[in-house]
Amino acid sequence: MRAGELITTDLQGRSGDETDIQRAYSVLEEVMDPEVPVVSVMDLGIVRDVDWADGHLHVVVTPTYSGCPATEYIETAIREALQGAGFAFPKVSQRLDPAWTTDWITGQGRERLKAYGIAPPVGSSDKRSLVSGVAQVTCPHCGGDETEQLSEFGSTACKALYRCKSCLEPFDYFKCI
Amino acid sequence: MTKYDDLTEFLLRLGDSALVHAQRLCEWTGRAPALEEEMGMMNVGLDLVGQARNWYEYAAERIGDGTDADTLAFRRDERAFRNLLLVEQPNGDFAVTMTKQFFYDAWQYHLLTALQHSGDERIAAIATKSLKEVTYHLRRSSQWIERLGDGTDESHQRMEKAIDTVWRFTFEMVEANDSESALASSGVIPSLADLPEQWLATVNDVFRNATLTVPDAPSTFYLSARTGMHTEHLGILLAEMQFLQRAYPDASW
Repeated sequence: MRAGELITTDLQGRSGDETDIQRAYSVLEEVMDPEVPVVSVMDLGIVRDVDWADGHLHVVVTPTYSGCPATEYIETAIREALQGAGFAFPKVSQRLDPAWTTDWITGQGRERLKAYGIAPPVGSSDKRSLVSGVAQVTCPHCGGDETEQLSEFGSTACKALYRCKSCLEPFDYFKCI
Repeated sequence: MTKYDDLTEFLLRLGDSALVHAQRLCEWTGRAPALEEEMGMMNVGLDLVGQARNWYEYAAERIGDGTDADTLAFRRDERAFRNLLLVEQPNGDFAVTMTKQFFYDAWQYHLLTALQHSGDERIAAIATKSLKEVTYHLRRSSQWIERLGDGTDESHQRMEKAIDTVWRFTFEMVEANDSESALASSGVIPSLADLPEQWLATVNDVFRNATLTVPDAPSTFYLSARTGMHTEHLGILLAEMQFLQRAYPDASW
């Protein structure tokens, strides 16, 4: 028996309404990214749709990077959190199009990244900042603007490694894609 | 030898190239010249494994006999692989690895840019997603080619040697292909007729900044990924990559 089955009455499916959808969103606000545990899946902007279909809740997510090993973990975490909140047999599916962009990270997500010591993405992905070179990144520790890129990649595919020339601390930068 | 329809063969060409290249990158684990570069190569490899999986899942659905992405990766023999000959070549030194990476990135970049506008929506979606990652890969490998080519005498020499070693395998990137033309005529993918020229233009630009010379056009020879006629290196790579699933079929953890 799974967690949600003990406290739910919709095992056979029922019709959902706006209250259910709102409640589901507030549950998703608490599902954190496993590698950056201060930002939720809502902060990252990877939840593309929450709807009621065939008597159950249906959540659509998009992966951040094609090979991100956290994708499956996140889908499981979402399912478990929703079950824990009483939604029986929630369905989680993946959608590739439109492709995820760091522009979808919320303002709250950006603040949380900074407080955690990760510089949030600079600029918009539309401006092809990918090709045109390295962005001016502000140090999340001291706020200094004098920083340099140490490596195109940091501890995960979504980050690059930087160093602050003022406080000399290295830090991760969330790449703009 | 099973030969699938044009579209499935095309999907395997994309998926196999990404997977085999990623497998080669993994060989640098614990041996890269610097920790930052090791992380860079592993992250590029990770992106490519994800891309391979997306292409494989589509190919597997088309094959439709219960085949899945894992079967395609781990249960096919060398002759069934459709990856570019370039990506199966041994890593050599860092110059050879970066030269392979750059040639492959430039090919992927222009190919995926075109495929974003495919009539087939699934191909367009995977291409759009992958291109974001590949743009970043190309920026990194171009910078390395410039740094090594325009670096010290030794790094320049090693780059020249690396180009001599792998250049002949690039003929596959600049040859026209009937089955791809057929896919384009039926509107599944856009025409790829400009791809060879675009690829060569990128190579020319980067090599100029790197003070390197672009060799004469490579000539076609009897090996070809499209027919599964590979160099001797692929079999050995697969023997290692597929060992677990071959020795313990359906093993999981």
